[in-house]
Amino acid sequence: MTSLIAILDLKGKPLIQRTYRDDVAPSYVEKFMPYILDIEEEGQQVTPCFSRDGINYVHIRHSNLYLLALSKRNINVAETVIFLHRFVSVLVEYFKELEEESIRDNFVIIYELMDEMMDFGYPQTTESKILQEYITQESHKLETMQVRVPQSVTNAVSWRTEGIRYRKNEVFLDVIESVNLLVNSNGNVVRSEILGAVKMKCYLSGMPELRLGLNDKVMFESTGRTARGKAIEMEDVKFHQCVRLSRFENDRTISFIPPDGEFELMSYRLSTPVKPLIWVEAAIESHKGSRIEYIVKVIAQFKRRSTASNVEIYVPVPDDADSPKFKTSTGGVQYAPDKSAFVWKIKSLAGGKEFLMRAAFGLPSVRGEGDSMERRPPITVKYEIPYFTVSGIQVRYLKIVEKSGYQALPWVRYITQNGDDYSLRTALEKGSAPIRQSM
Amino acid sequence: MSVRGPRKGENYELSVDLNSEYRDKRKDAIKRTIASMTVGKDVSGLFPDVLKNMQTDDLEQKKLVYLYLMNYAKTQPELVILAVNTFVKDTDDPNPLVRALAIRTMGILRAEKIIDYLCDPLQKCLRDENPYVRKTAALCVAKLYDLKPELVIENGFLEQLHEMIGDSNPMVVANTVAALSDIHASATTASTSDQDPAVFVISAGTLSKLLVALNECSEWGRVAILSALARYEAQDDKESEHICERVVPQFQHANGSVVLAAVKVIMIHMRGVRREELVKQLVRKMAPPLVTLLSSPPEVQWVALRNVNLLLQKRPDILQNEMRVFFCKYNDPLYVKVEKLDIMVRLAGENNVDALLSELKEYASEVDVDFVRKSIKAIGQTAVKIDGAAERCVNVLLDLIATRVSYVVQEAVVVMKDIFRKYPSTYEGIIPTLCSNLDELDEPEAKASLIWIIGEYASKIDNADELLGIFVDTFTEESYPVQLQTLTAVVKLFLKKPDSSQGIVQKVLNTATKECDSPDVRDRAYIYWRLLSTDPGAAKSVILTPRPLISVPRTTVSAGLLEQLLGEIGSLASAYHKPSETFVGRGRVGVDKVKSVGAEADERSSAQKALQTVAAGQQSENLLDFDDAPATDGQPSGLAATQFSQTPAAASILSGTSSNPLDDLVSIFGAQSTPQQAPSAAGPAFGNLGGLDFGMSPSPAGVTSPSVGVMSPAAPQAQNQQNQQDDLLGLF
Repeated sequence: MTSLIAILDLKGKPLIQRTYRDDVAPSYVEKFMPYILDIEEEGQQVTPCFSRDGINYVHIRHSNLYLLALSKRNINVAETVIFLHRFVSVLVEYFKELEEESIRDNFVIIYELMDEMMDFGYPQTTESKILQEYITQESHKLETMQVRVPQSVTNAVSWRTEGIRYRKNEVFLDVIESVNLLVNSNGNVVRSEILGAVKMKCYLSGMPELRLGLNDKVMFESTGRTARGKAIEMEDVKFHQCVRLSRFENDRTISFIPPDGEFELMSYRLSTPVKPLIWVEAAIESHKGSRIEYIVKVIAQFKRRSTASNVEIYVPVPDDADSPKFKTSTGGVQYAPDKSAFVWKIKSLAGGKEFLMRAAFGLPSVRGEGDSMERRPPITVKYEIPYFTVSGIQVRYLKIVEKSGYQALPWVRYITQNGDDYSLRTALEKGSAPIRQSM
Repeated sequence: MSVRGPRKGENYELSVDLNSEYRDKRKDAIKRTIASMTVGKDVSGLFPDVLKNMQTDDLEQKKLVYLYLMNYAKTQPELVILAVNTFVKDTDDPNPLVRALAIRTMGILRAEKIIDYLCDPLQKCLRDENPYVRKTAALCVAKLYDLKPELVIENGFLEQLHEMIGDSNPMVVANTVAALSDIHASATTASTSDQDPAVFVISAGTLSKLLVALNECSEWGRVAILSALARYEAQDDKESEHICERVVPQFQHANGSVVLAAVKVIMIHMRGVRREELVKQLVRKMAPPLVTLLSSPPEVQWVALRNVNLLLQKRPDILQNEMRVFFCKYNDPLYVKVEKLDIMVRLAGENNVDALLSELKEYASEVDVDFVRKSIKAIGQTAVKIDGAAERCVNVLLDLIATRVSYVVQEAVVVMKDIFRKYPSTYEGIIPTLCSNLDELDEPEAKASLIWIIGEYASKIDNADELLGIFVDTFTEESYPVQLQTLTAVVKLFLKKPDSSQGIVQKVLNTATKECDSPDVRDRAYIYWRLLSTDPGAAKSVILTPRPLISVPRTTVSAGLLEQLLGEIGSLASAYHKPSETFVGRGRVGVDKVKSVGAEADERSSAQKALQTVAAGQQSENLLDFDDAPATDGQPSGLAATQFSQTPAAASILSGTSSNPLDDLVSIFGAQSTPQQAPSAAGPAFGNLGGLDFGMSPSPAGVTSPSVGVMSPAAPQAQNQQNQQDDLLGLF
């Protein structure tokens, strides 16, 4: 029951807005920024939703924009916030980048989308692939080319249109596992989780029925079969809306009619403890007022037959560090002053190997007073390990059945990478866990 | 017909182009008009020119004209009538897209004149063969009801909607349910009669249709259907079980709002489930999807966290072993971190307290001052919550104090005072460390806390008179909470060591009664003075009476409100932790009315609204309180509530755990009843005065520092109330 949705720039100026219900005057949009400033001035945090004068302001941030929804009622705010995020992703798919410029250039189409995605404050369709079928940048003449509502908008299968044809029927499955990890300064893993996703690229004709088989422990147990090899226990599985949830609930079968093209079929989570695949430790020696030195060690703690590629290790340094000096036996090091960090890049890191690098920076001799609390962001690591999954998940089969009876080829690829939070806290100052090793 | 602008300028050019003989030029002109409209220029004068372009077979152009109409129909009501013909014709168009577009737009125009022409096409569209048109028409009924309820009832649209719940298309079912629920909401807020035909009662027959549609419709449709299911009243426990079993698979949906809506339905219908093992199973299945919500964007995480917080208040066992997933990420926004902290403390137990403490200590060394303070508070709460871990918490606090970072030390001192309240006479050994930081304290709350500690343990601190003397010397320069605290502490010192502190007590009473401009401080000084001069024995039993132990409240909202909020999981109310009446304005205020009201009146009305809000909150809260604890037993419920939020420790704990200034406010109101009820309950007037001592000794932290003031209209009001309340208490 959102009454109004607006996109604002960082100064709070509305770029485009659409009223869905009359109970909130559009002028309230302009009050949003002053309220935000008020809240900040009072020393409080601005939460994604707040209420002022009987109006509820729900907002999200996307790069340099605010997306704002207003309502007077006790709305389902989870729905509203998620809808705003979906709105962003639809706009991103339409315009590649969503920013002031692309909004100004596309007023008309954004209005159309806003109209189609929400009616009277109720979200309708947010599948950008379907929207793109009937809301396009080209104009249509009614006589010449009939734009029809794609049946799929209201179909039970609202994500796929009928009559799709491919000469070669193929399915590509990508199993991607992202590892989130937090290592304490004393070297203990405090928290770790695996966020897995099965992404598909579907080039299949007609209305194919697909069934995906994984080495799912719960399924093996419920069917009484014993797993050959390892079975994994997924803690929470989320599916694209095409998957029949009740069937999964009954017998853990993943059956679905896929959308056309690229989409994320499912995601899952495991919080079984993970050994850090790429271990980094840093000994930091700081000489206040003159220089700061780092010795960084990286260890590839996975099997020798795998290799991590594009490893990037971000080691934070004080904001005012200068004149960097680096020494390393492998890869390259760059100073990134804008991120207050230096980056150690290793193109390919084989399992079981370990390397060292040294860095030294100058520090200004005069420092601001009272800032004994140093910013100490953790070391973060980016990497990819192809042909490998940490959890051991495996695609056992992908059955494709279509009434025309064609043969289709499934291709499966595995990859493990860092999640958005793969961080290792650094120990404070010298004396703690020094790495003494000559290079 | 309309007043034309001057024959030059942008609008004139647009008008010329809109009337051009070339189709492309006209269309381009409409686009430019829309662009001007979007950037806020007034192009309402072009209404007739734009309208001329409505009759077209170019779908895009049609949409553009409709778009323009939606914006300006209200300003040109008499011209809109000209568009009616085209609209009605479009609802007969062979293309369903056009039919739906026409009916959707007509519903939004909200011009009185056009409404009468809406009914016939709407009738037709509700029976359209195309589901896309039907789903659009279903919502249009809700739009019509919003404008003119009579028309909906007269035309039998409601009956038609009820039929459409059985539609073969799940999308149509979902929108029909949304429309009926919307109408239901308006009808129930407007009238009180149960006989209103607009009230959407979900029958058992409807239920089964909804359960079927649930598995097939789009994600947003599921949210609508689940919300309707939440309102269904199950006949017996079998039916409750059935609903739960059918809804549980929705936990696996990728859309977080579907998950939360499913949680809501389960929480409601689980009340009717009698099979213990099923309840256990449901609760177990709830945990993983809740944890997964933490991988969403921060705004979604926040909503999820606020709801998880409520769920934990009801069922602390849900996420028992999952505390680690709530550990803060370095780049989490502060509003997420704060919520996570609160949940971590909720989940803390003997088995995980070490991991928690090491995290909290880590957070306490970050740069964001707010977050650091909240982390230190969390350490204090952990200490108060888990007896076995108190010593480890104290050690962590000592480590933090050793950093000598000013705000860390101050917060740690405040927290230490809470720990002394919970474990009296246990950690006296660290008092010297605290006192050695006396010079660094410049915040009133920290000062007041340290003074309280000195006063409380005056008999064990050799140089207590010296330390307090520092504050007595600067008495008039200190803030009132510090003054109040100094006053009480010195009197305590005198009662404990009368020989050495005669002079200092004389001095402080003199200064407080003569030179102080706060009536509270003066009044308290007078009371002490009289007590001391008439009956030192009575003074002792009033001032040195042992304080009730504090504890971390398991819930931040009353039990009744908690149930209500759990029934609204995912809504604003459950995100704010407040009943919806407190932030939803009563009645509908038309746009025009809002505009006509001047800025001044606006302010006044908002102030009034805030007052109403406060009153409403108080009422509902008090009513709920009476439900739980009848006031007949020895301890009046009002008093119980007071002790929590008015004692310094509990106040700061509350402000840490609850972002709800109303909670604190309410308990202040509760305080009013304390002095009135206490005499009858406790006989001697000491009880009364004792209560006063509790009430006054803390700094009013609970109210002056609400951690997240989402409801800021109430905040200034809260301040006033607090002051008034102080005065009131001062009178006794």
